[in-house]
Amino acid sequence: MPQQTVCPSCSEPMDPEDAFCGACGAGRNGRPAPGAMPASWTATQSEATPSQHGPLCAHCGLPQVTSDGYCEACGGAQPRPRDHMEKSLAGVAGVSDRGVRHHRNEDSFTVAATSLPGGEPVVVAVVCDGVSSSDRPDQASETAVDAASESLLTALEAGREPTAAMRQAVADAAQAVADLAQEGPGPTRPDVNAPACTFVSAIASGGRITIGWVGDTRAYWIPDDRAGAEPFRLTQDDSWAARMVEAGLMGEAEAYADPRAHAITGWLGADAEEVVPHTLDFTPHVPGVLLICTDGLWNYAEAATDLAYFVRPDARTEPLAAAQTLVKFAVAAGGHDNITVAVLPIDPPAAGAEEEDARTATALDLPVITLPGTRAGTGTGSGAAGTGVAGTGVAGTGVEGTGVEEDEDYEPTLPDLPVIGSPAAPLPPAAPPPAPPAPPAPPAPPAPPAAPTVPPQPPHPPTA
Amino acid sequence: MATLAKPNLPRFDVEIFQNEFLADGAREVNAIVTVTATGGGTSGGRPLGITDAGSQGADAAAAVVILVDCSGSMDYPKTKINGAREATAAAIDALRDGTAFAVVAGTHEAREIYPGDGTLATASATTRGHAKEALRRLTAAGGTAMGTWLAKADKLFLTRRDIAIRHAVLLTDGNNEHESAADLERAIERVTGHFTADCRGVGTDWKIDELRKISSALLGTVDIVAEPSGLAEDFRSMMAGAMGKQVADVALRIWTPANAAVKFVKQVAPAVEDLTDRRAEAGPRAGDYPTGSWGDESRDYHVCVEVPAASIGNEMLAARISLVLPPQVGGGTPEVLSQGLVKAVWTDDLASSTRISPQVAHYTGQAELASSIQEGLEAHRAGDVDAATAKLGAAVRIAHATGNEGTYKLLQKVVDVVDPKEGTVRFRKNVSEADSMTLETRSTKTVRVKK
Repeated sequence: MPQQTVCPSCSEPMDPEDAFCGACGAGRNGRPAPGAMPASWTATQSEATPSQHGPLCAHCGLPQVTSDGYCEACGGAQPRPRDHMEKSLAGVAGVSDRGVRHHRNEDSFTVAATSLPGGEPVVVAVVCDGVSSSDRPDQASETAVDAASESLLTALEAGREPTAAMRQAVADAAQAVADLAQEGPGPTRPDVNAPACTFVSAIASGGRITIGWVGDTRAYWIPDDRAGAEPFRLTQDDSWAARMVEAGLMGEAEAYADPRAHAITGWLGADAEEVVPHTLDFTPHVPGVLLICTDGLWNYAEAATDLAYFVRPDARTEPLAAAQTLVKFAVAAGGHDNITVAVLPIDPPAAGAEEEDARTATALDLPVITLPGTRAGTGTGSGAAGTGVAGTGVAGTGVEGTGVEEDEDYEPTLPDLPVIGSPAAPLPPAAPPPAPPAPPAPPAPPAPPAAPTVPPQPPHPPTA
Repeated sequence: MATLAKPNLPRFDVEIFQNEFLADGAREVNAIVTVTATGGGTSGGRPLGITDAGSQGADAAAAVVILVDCSGSMDYPKTKINGAREATAAAIDALRDGTAFAVVAGTHEAREIYPGDGTLATASATTRGHAKEALRRLTAAGGTAMGTWLAKADKLFLTRRDIAIRHAVLLTDGNNEHESAADLERAIERVTGHFTADCRGVGTDWKIDELRKISSALLGTVDIVAEPSGLAEDFRSMMAGAMGKQVADVALRIWTPANAAVKFVKQVAPAVEDLTDRRAEAGPRAGDYPTGSWGDESRDYHVCVEVPAASIGNEMLAARISLVLPPQVGGGTPEVLSQGLVKAVWTDDLASSTRISPQVAHYTGQAELASSIQEGLEAHRAGDVDAATAKLGAAVRIAHATGNEGTYKLLQKVVDVVDPKEGTVRFRKNVSEADSMTLETRSTKTVRVKK
């Protein structure tokens, strides 16, 4: 009788003719039986049992992370929840990331959706960037975001006009951040290094966009069809460079090359002299997305056309993916700062307007910035027009100062648009594009100055 | 942050002061650790962790052995031995009821004066009276061998292993003549960790180095009592300090990450005391540094850690600093009383990385102050007046700038200050030995950061 053998795996006696063990199913040579569970499954199970060691360190891979977020072996700080945040709702998505060179994420954002008293859905997004040189910037941005989103939702649900709601939200956020200076740990000096942040927020409802900002956080309009319609920046920074350009003291190139270029001149915080909220309200004619973002993103693609290059063509249907892609791009480009971007898909207003849009799909929408009291007409108005994409359709619904007093910046009759008749919109009608849907366009300025001789500008603030 | 094991015991708080921001490539992390023990002051000194609760446990919270130099020189002048007797009597009076105690006369050997049966007496009105009577037997005759005194104290303490707070007071007037330095060193080594000891030198014929060696090893203080008449007061306050201790054998545990090293650990307040070489390994990447016993008090430590460099934007835990009680008799794991975190964050923001923590700067200065005084006086003894003047000038400048008035006054007795801001000084003529020794002995005293 041939010598009896035992299973190499479980030591069960095996007959010579047995290819596999009857007890455990292992093969004679130690291989698993056909159809047995893959080794990796059992492996993962057995590894899962000693998981009382906790998660693996993100730096050295050892399972020795302690409850306070540091590795007990290499000391490395573990990623914190705020290091990378993603939020997505129907109609809005946002992503925020610590980046590469900063040790914590001082940006903050939120996205939210609710409905107006009439039942129309409305989405809001708020993005804030803590001022690094201030005390507790991360707390400042978080506080501003919370205060602003709550204020916005409350006001919108109560049926307030979006622009008014936005102004209120900026004021509420400013107050909340200013209050931080009083409650901080240690000796508080409200005048020095008080917690501070910049602010940008957007409301989108029924195709209408309302944005508000303070500081150098920005909003960009990126149409789906970039050949037919030009992307442009909607905001004008509260920054040293922007002020210089605005005041006509420096050319754009010169101003932005200056070391002081990015010093901000507007922020939320106890030490802010006066919070001047800029708001803007417009209704695009073509489908696209609204981006609101921190300088961690736009530093790598400042011009709207450059930034649009990194916005996925399907951004309107996949806003979260679009936001992720943008953040990845900024991280790959160096990630020198925290990066936050929120993407709001915008569809043109429905019904009658749609038909019109079909004909005027190439029209560029010129937003009208409504300016707050004292600074009205002096600054940001030129920023809006300064996007250099004065178009054929004006959709401004601004409630005050609809640009009439700033004729030179308001140029509805720029010469030939670069692209007319794209695949998306074969040919515009021969007639000049009709006025966009209500409200009617403001009266055209009588005689635009030398502007017509200026060649089409890139979507930047024009040099003085 | 404090973790409390039991009520009526002091609560330990750990605070960390540092600038955690490092420039690219920087590896050295400095932090000041402030440890404050509060509360439990009326607990009668019940030590932590002892499975006491027994009849005597609550009262027998501390053991004290007083070692009095009775070498022949104590008779010259006679005020020394008389002062020592008076001071010992004062110390005995300051003993709380229930404290275990003994008095030992130290010469070239150690002689038990009270209770005299190789054990410790328990303080009460009766025993205190007997002990004071026995002090008549403190007579000066013989040599000096402090190692034998320490060994005797150790033996006496061993009779009461149940008492955690063990404290010796050593008084001498001369140097350790009847024993080699190596013998003393061995004796110190043998008793280190068994009890704490405060050392006092009376007159000016003793060696600061010798006493400092003992007090450092035994985690106590060293001071000069130039005039024997001042002994009683000094002993009384020393004993009050000893009676105030509530927890013994507390260790500062420093955990550092892999590939990091502790460069130094110093107590910097109330006095500078280098603990770097006192490390005892305590598990992976952690080491314990002894701090002795604690009452209601606050001490500062300067910890310097070298960590592996990391790239900009990274954050690392450079050290986890905790206060631990060693496992007690029959107990299990060491008890962690409180902890604080020292961090390292690499940044390209120069404004952040070049900022110096005011606490770190202050204590770096205080440590420099102490070493400047010691080196200055050393140079002066060696006859190098220029070097001595420069060193003491630096000391004056630091003492003035940091508001260390105590040290500043002591310096003024040795040098004439021309310009305290610049540290311009001249050596005084006829500096008394007592002033010079006082300055050197107290050079390690620091002041805390002005708030």
